[in-house]
Amino acid sequence: MTDTRFTRRRFLLGGALGAGTALLAGCDIAVQDTVTGRVLDKAEDLTRSAQRLLQGRHALAREYTEADISPHFRVNGTSMPDSDAYANLLGNRFADWRLQVDGMVARPRAFSLAALKLMPARTQITRHDCVEGWSAIGKWTGVPLADLLRITGVLPGARYAVFHCADELEKTLDGSGRYYESIDLVDAFHPQTILAYGMNGKDLSVGHGAPLRLRIERQLGYKQAKYLMRIQLVDSLHDLWGGKGGYWEDRGYEWYAGI
Amino acid sequence: MKLDKRTVLVHRHAAIVRITHWVNAICLGFLLPSGLQIFNAWPSLYWGQYGADADPALLSIAGFPAWLTLPSFQDLAAGRRWHLFFAWVFVINGLVYLAYSLWSGHLRRDLVPRNAELAPRHLWREIVDHARLRFPKGEEARRYNVLQKLSYAGVALVLLPLMVLTGLTMSPGMNAAAPFLLDLFGGRQSARTIHFISAALVVLFVLVHLAMVLLSGVWNNLRSMITGRYAIQESHHD
Repeated sequence: MTDTRFTRRRFLLGGALGAGTALLAGCDIAVQDTVTGRVLDKAEDLTRSAQRLLQGRHALAREYTEADISPHFRVNGTSMPDSDAYANLLGNRFADWRLQVDGMVARPRAFSLAALKLMPARTQITRHDCVEGWSAIGKWTGVPLADLLRITGVLPGARYAVFHCADELEKTLDGSGRYYESIDLVDAFHPQTILAYGMNGKDLSVGHGAPLRLRIERQLGYKQAKYLMRIQLVDSLHDLWGGKGGYWEDRGYEWYAGI
Repeated sequence: MKLDKRTVLVHRHAAIVRITHWVNAICLGFLLPSGLQIFNAWPSLYWGQYGADADPALLSIAGFPAWLTLPSFQDLAAGRRWHLFFAWVFVINGLVYLAYSLWSGHLRRDLVPRNAELAPRHLWREIVDHARLRFPKGEEARRYNVLQKLSYAGVALVLLPLMVLTGLTMSPGMNAAAPFLLDLFGGRQSARTIHFISAALVVLFVLVHLAMVLLSGVWNNLRSMITGRYAIQESHHD
């Protein structure tokens, strides 16, 4: 009698362990665009709603002092865009570079670097958190994106600002390896969201995204698009490349990168 | 295995305690391996606000073997999806458990040690008994012993909340919403290090917990955490 029970228990235990192993092996399936993936994605919506509720619109990221600045700020992603067009812009010290602002704006415009530098600037010492886990603190100087959008005006119905970059992180025939990012208008009009042309008191270096990069301080590093060429206001992200709103988002990372 | 006259089944665990226990176990089963996946993306730990390439690291390793991580190959994006989904389940489940424990008196009645139990002599006796694998019998087995109380309370009230808070401190969005977290843990990289150490302590707890479950009557323990009923030997019939 005891033996039978023992065997049955062993069988149940074995079954449970086996099911557990199969379950974990099942977790190796791609999480993107599957039922599992869609369930897991719910957490992203929940995180965004919860953080927005707790932050309100204007809660600021921590700003540090000069003494806190990282002695060495890691260069990540592209360190030098590999194209003739960029080489030419760099060769001319970005005199011919223009930031195109278009899409759902009232007055599309192109801004030269000199024009941006003439606008009121904001300087902030903030922490850059890479999704990989490291952090670095730097001092950024640039134009608040809100000021730029007030010049161009934002049309009703626009929901996102999309940032098109000069660098291709992955070489593809269709150009889908080009870096891009997007944020919603809450973050676009946040006071610490700036288009930075200066870092640690100098012009932005090529490694860190010259001539202009985005700083959006309440989200992770991959949102801080470098080598900005164009800002496009849109009502939906679906028609852009992979449709997820960014280079890394198209490759499985969360669009809301507040955590 | 027929229950003899002296064996009685006592109601040991409330339904909410049983359910939250197993949900918690499932969450840890996903959070720990997906956490290792995330750690492997940058397998160095630092102290303070920042830490990267050239900054002095507290710990720098090659990373954990892939079979320990979820998924079982390098995929930070998928690891984060698993981790952050189960983090939500874990937090909600933990809040349900804590609210119930406070409201029902489970915390005060079953988990907070009595003064007499904290006397050094009593503590020492319990430790010696555990080391000799002599577990409480009869009436004494109706309640958690003091080592159980201390470890369960320590995990439920200190260690697991610490995991959540240090996890949230790594979030730039939470840093804006609750800046005091950065001050509490001394910076984002410190919080990441404490998160890792706490996770190691959770693993240690789980290993000891499983060993104790196995050594002190595995089927009785398992039944009590599934049906709530725990068999004890009634001593006054001796």
